[in-house]
Amino acid sequence: MEEILKIDRIGKYYGNKSNLTKAIDDISFVVNKGEFVAIMGASGSGKTTLLNCISTIDKVTSGHIYVDGEDITKLKGNELNRFRREELGFIFQDFNLLDTLTGYENIALALSISNVPVKLMDKKIQDIASRLNIKHVLKKYPYQMSGGEKQRVASARAIITNPKLVLADEPTGALDSKSSRMLLESFNYLNTELKTTILMVTHDAFSASYASRVIFIKDGKIFNELIRGEKSRKEFFDEIIDVVTLLGGDLNDAL
Amino acid sequence: MLYKLSVKNIKKSFKDYAIYFFTLILGVAIFYVFNAIESQTVLLNVTSSTHEIIDLMVNMLSGVSVFVSFILGFLIIYASRFLMKRRNKEFGIYLTLGMSKGKISKILLCETFLIGILSLFVGLVIGVLASQFMSVLVANSFEADLTRFTFVFSSSAVLKTILYFGIMYLLVMIFNTVSVGRCKLIDLIYANKKSEEVNLKNPIVCILSFILAVVMLSYAYYQVTVGAPDLIGAADIFIPIILGCVSTFIIFWSLSGLILRIVISFKKIYYKGLNSFVLRQISSKVNTMVLSMTIICLMLFVTICVFSSSLSIKNSMTYNLTELVPVDIELSKTRNISFDYASQTGYSETLREDSYRSITESLELVDFNVQDYFKDITTVYTYVSDDFSFEDTLGDAEDEIKAEYPFFIYQAPEEIMTISDYNKVARLYGNQEYTLNDNEYMIIADFESTAQMRNIALKTKPSIQVFGVTLVPKYDECQDGFVRMSSNHINTGIIIVPDSVVSEDALESEIMLANYKASSKEGRQNIEDTLLDLVNHPNSSNIALSASTKISIYEASIGLGAMVTFIGLYLGIIFLISSAAILALKELSESTDNKERYGMIRKLGADEKMINRALFKQIAIFFSVPLILAIIHSIFGLEFCKYILMTFGDEKMTESITMTAIFLIIIYGGYFLITYFCSKNIIKEK
Repeated sequence: MEEILKIDRIGKYYGNKSNLTKAIDDISFVVNKGEFVAIMGASGSGKTTLLNCISTIDKVTSGHIYVDGEDITKLKGNELNRFRREELGFIFQDFNLLDTLTGYENIALALSISNVPVKLMDKKIQDIASRLNIKHVLKKYPYQMSGGEKQRVASARAIITNPKLVLADEPTGALDSKSSRMLLESFNYLNTELKTTILMVTHDAFSASYASRVIFIKDGKIFNELIRGEKSRKEFFDEIIDVVTLLGGDLNDAL
Repeated sequence: MLYKLSVKNIKKSFKDYAIYFFTLILGVAIFYVFNAIESQTVLLNVTSSTHEIIDLMVNMLSGVSVFVSFILGFLIIYASRFLMKRRNKEFGIYLTLGMSKGKISKILLCETFLIGILSLFVGLVIGVLASQFMSVLVANSFEADLTRFTFVFSSSAVLKTILYFGIMYLLVMIFNTVSVGRCKLIDLIYANKKSEEVNLKNPIVCILSFILAVVMLSYAYYQVTVGAPDLIGAADIFIPIILGCVSTFIIFWSLSGLILRIVISFKKIYYKGLNSFVLRQISSKVNTMVLSMTIICLMLFVTICVFSSSLSIKNSMTYNLTELVPVDIELSKTRNISFDYASQTGYSETLREDSYRSITESLELVDFNVQDYFKDITTVYTYVSDDFSFEDTLGDAEDEIKAEYPFFIYQAPEEIMTISDYNKVARLYGNQEYTLNDNEYMIIADFESTAQMRNIALKTKPSIQVFGVTLVPKYDECQDGFVRMSSNHINTGIIIVPDSVVSEDALESEIMLANYKASSKEGRQNIEDTLLDLVNHPNSSNIALSASTKISIYEASIGLGAMVTFIGLYLGIIFLISSAAILALKELSESTDNKERYGMIRKLGADEKMINRALFKQIAIFFSVPLILAIIHSIFGLEFCKYILMTFGDEKMTESITMTAIFLIIIYGGYFLITYFCSKNIIKEK
């Protein structure tokens, strides 16, 4: 298997010597091409910090992160922007669509930032829109869409540039259960059919059960790891719930 | 506690407030500087005629100040309104914490008070410093010698500034209290959550209203340029003004919908880089501030017109002078007053006697020998005939002209001069000389409106009866020229006749034109002073002479020019900073929203260069939209200004327009750059 993401003993500390907070404390793992990995943890466990470090929004204190063999902790300025533009796709909890642009234009913006010729744009957008079942909202503005539609437009925007890795930060956090399910089905489709590598941060066991692997984080450290393998989603969900119970009350609070 | 909160709030939002604060300070400083001019001019070493003009200017400036304070008051209220909008969430939190609306009003009161005090203080300090430079400018404009440099501090101007701005701030406080009282908690808390609704206007309505606006505007433009001569009363001028205002509003309204649609149809441009984002940003902003855009555009238009025409009035005034005041002095004297006339008009017997002396003889009575002081002496005479008045020159066109200009006085006797006398004057002035046959006459005039009336008459070739001789016109229109010196073209018409026609009995007045026998400026001034001093001679009350001198005409014109320039400068600066400040505030107050948006674009991987360029484009377009329309308005507005200022002669517009452009670029461009750098700072990644 080809390694897309390699996290090598990273740490992220806040504060000074007398009052040191370790948001991430010596975490290492690998994500292979075509995997759908979920990272679970309670609020404050460091999962969002981890995602921020991978997405180069934040900088690590120690260790290295390799994306497709490139050490992204060494990137600076416009190299970072290029990296984000070419290698990453983002999906956020609060959608982060530009409210002044239509669905179509939001997706197109990701392409035009990468200087994709206008001729190729339309075909790509129509293609991804029909796959994610959002053709009917392309002409609408974000305020006219439902939460699920917004998130699928955001997903389309994230993957339209064929990134090596799609990072999703609590993508179902602001969705009702029906929309969550539809979005996760879309993720599944992207992962299995389009071979998109997805790294998703969530505190929701149901969302995590769609992944092929779940990494649990507690107090900045890896606590456990579950692999779905040939198990059904239901079985995998039960397994996740077991670990969550084991993790203790704080994650239950978040559920 | 409330005080602490207010101070912290001001400190926190200083980035947003900075440009507002800066504008307030500027406003206060300018207000002080122009109101303090009075105390500076007191020290100037100028003649009494200049002092009269300075008094007039000071009065006008204080009148303009009232108007200016309205503009600034509008700006302050407008600015505080959307600075408050930005803080809805903050107020929402206060309310949920159980703070009463009264207390929130108190916080705002406290803030306004602090900002007011601070801006007044800083503004006054800057104003006092700036007015020191102003005194140099004032002295320069009135061509006075700044004999000694003294630090001028005008306490009356300080009090006035404090009073005017105090009232403005008081209004803001009342306004804030009212709007806090009216707001609802739910709107406050969810103010930030509301995502922007994009209302695309119906394109057909947009196109139709755009066409309507263009038609209205063209009509208004037509009226003020080609149709300008037909605009007689003040009411007529209001029509194009109202049309212009309304159509400006409609143009912004329809453009905000149209431009987007047009650019979207050019896919290659629209989907290139961040263009789609930039365009949407602008169109949503223009959408929400059509009215402010209109006001800004109109203010810019007024600025351009006021500033460039005030400059060209000044230029043309001094420019006309070289043509209209060719010699140093013109002395004139009513001659040969009859006994009947004197008793009718109350001339004393001594003065009646004096009217039989020539100018030279009269001056000798007060011990002034003309030959000692004057050179190039040219003496000419004018005549009147009791039975020859304006209406007698109109011939067949009399009824037509009287119908068209009903309020003109047609019974005024016409001034008559012989052709050889006129040619003497023309030779001295360097104007064209003429010849007349024994049966011909001609009219010399340079005052546009009476020349027009006379031309209508001359077209009908009216013959006239002067001193019993019948004369026919040589030309079918008035010839340009003048005899008496003045700062403007005001010669309403002199009838030039052959030398043989006039009768010496009809002698009306004697005019003596001369240059001073001096080569230096001081020498001329000395002769002028000697002449002025003749008033103190014991015999001075026994003679009647009137004089206009180059020096006095120049002083008056320069004074008037300076006055117009100062008022233009004052209004121009205030209008410009107000409109630029509104744009800048609007842009900066949305910086938080923009920060999120630009942050998202950054996450999508846009380069910093790309983002900065997008921001630059966004602000540049935002600033230039009202400016472009204002410039188009000004092209026609200035034509109109040229027309109504015609009495001031040929304008040298290019020079004043260049000055205006420089002025615009510095102030408006300055605000633009500050806005750009502040916004860039705000959206920067931390």
